[in-house]
Amino acid sequence: MKGFYEEGQPAVLIKNLTREFGRGLFAVDNLDLEIKKGEIFALLGPNGAGKTTSIKMLSCLLRPTAGTAEVFGRDIIKNPGEVKKIINVSPQETAVSLNLNARENLVLMGKVYGLSQKMARKQAEKHLEIMDLKTRAGEPVKRFSGGMLRRLNLAMALVSNPKVLFLDEPTIGLDAKSRRSLWKLIDSFRGEKTVLLTTHYLEEADALSDRLGIIDKGKLVALGTSEELKRKLAGLQTMKVRGDNLNPELIQILREIYPEVIPFEGGLEIKGEKIIFDEVVDLLRSKGVRINWLSMEEPSLDEIYLKITGGGKQNEIA
Amino acid sequence: MKLLSLTGRNLKEGFRDPIVVILSVAQPVFYLVLFNSIARSDPAAPDIFDLAYFIPGIILFCFGLLTLFMGLLLARDRQRAFLTRLLVSPLRTIDFVLSYLLALIPMALFQVAACLITGLILGLALNWGVLFSLIVFIPLAVSCTALGIVSGSLFSENAAPAIGSLFVVVITFLGGVWMDLGILGGLFERIAYLLPFAHAVDAGRLLFQGASLGEIGIQLAWVYGYGILFVFIGVASFRWKTRP
Repeated sequence: MKGFYEEGQPAVLIKNLTREFGRGLFAVDNLDLEIKKGEIFALLGPNGAGKTTSIKMLSCLLRPTAGTAEVFGRDIIKNPGEVKKIINVSPQETAVSLNLNARENLVLMGKVYGLSQKMARKQAEKHLEIMDLKTRAGEPVKRFSGGMLRRLNLAMALVSNPKVLFLDEPTIGLDAKSRRSLWKLIDSFRGEKTVLLTTHYLEEADALSDRLGIIDKGKLVALGTSEELKRKLAGLQTMKVRGDNLNPELIQILREIYPEVIPFEGGLEIKGEKIIFDEVVDLLRSKGVRINWLSMEEPSLDEIYLKITGGGKQNEIA
Repeated sequence: MKLLSLTGRNLKEGFRDPIVVILSVAQPVFYLVLFNSIARSDPAAPDIFDLAYFIPGIILFCFGLLTLFMGLLLARDRQRAFLTRLLVSPLRTIDFVLSYLLALIPMALFQVAACLITGLILGLALNWGVLFSLIVFIPLAVSCTALGIVSGSLFSENAAPAIGSLFVVVITFLGGVWMDLGILGGLFERIAYLLPFAHAVDAGRLLFQGASLGEIGIQLAWVYGYGILFVFIGVASFRWKTRP
């Protein structure tokens, strides 16, 4: 890292990063972001929000129209060659060589990153093992299932042992089981590799990321840990009660305390920034309500996401 | 090391596809056998069916197929993001272009060997000219592969094979593979001799008939000159298409 990076600096430092595709059409608009060394950072957003464009710029595939970024102190515009030595990307598409087998694909990637034949083979075997592809390592990958191809896709990004890993929708199209197994793997990078992953799956961002950012129409509109965002942005907790004798007088009292009290057949829905469970239960009981069923819902990342992105309306830029 | 690894991959992508091998090697061999059969069954068949005359043309046809396959390979790599993955690596443009060019040289040599061996079996007279013909065919193969890089850089996975097929028709027509260019005459003949293909086929035919290298100097100049130009255009189009 000599000459580029000093300990304590962000691993990825993004400064006013912008990509305009002409006539005021911004794929990424003044993006500012810092990703810490060893952090798993998730970038969430609807289709066309600018996630992939951001990754393309950070991996030196696309030149920003304004702003820049540094990866471990290396500028993506001034030193793309240096940046490319320490990063790798797992693209959204399954980017493998179909007539090669899994082992050949991995060895090839090791070698193009400058590993010796021996080292490339060693790395390939290690990642075949990790990705559970060892038994099929000699088969042409065109015979692989979707899940195996995604695992190989990720392994090809890992074989060069990058310091920074960009994962563009790493689990897209996978079934729940395969997705969980990839999550486990990505989770194991925590503290060792700096990971920027984009995803459509909110539960993925929630489960994997140390911090996350929500990007919409090219702009970063929310940033923080999952918990922080829920606290700051989602706002309302929800309590649902089913019971007997839910009378109008009770509803009136509740409406004086909580902003939203919505009766439904045989029950009530109460929304508030902070609902004190015991207080509500005591009040219901004191008014002669017999509680049959009760649930308490915390705000979810989905709510925040939908609130911020307007329900995931898609933009026009890929 | 990096260049050779990528070259090896491109070579495997080509050779491991049975359709590519069948079309690029078996098909020309079939034409050779067919044309030779016509020549034998009809003693009055025109010169075009003479082995020394049509083998260089068939070799040009083979190289036209290289353009098609190269275009398809590169367009596929581009569209299926394999190239994206490689472009993120520290490889340089020249590494990419050379890896694609070098990968098809063994295939071109294989095609030439298949045509020559078939020709010799069918009765082609072996002379030094047949062996020296590689100095014409290698730059011609490089030209065709470079044009495949242009096609693969500029066109999609669906369009590149169509462009390649059209290219095979045009170069074999303008190279005088299927008929004597003198028959075409006029504008077509003039256009044909402004391009390297007819010169390459002529040089091959002359060498097969025992001409010395000195006698094909002009044809060689056309073939090598265009070879350099096509490689330059190949590099430029790849660079243009993959620029950040």
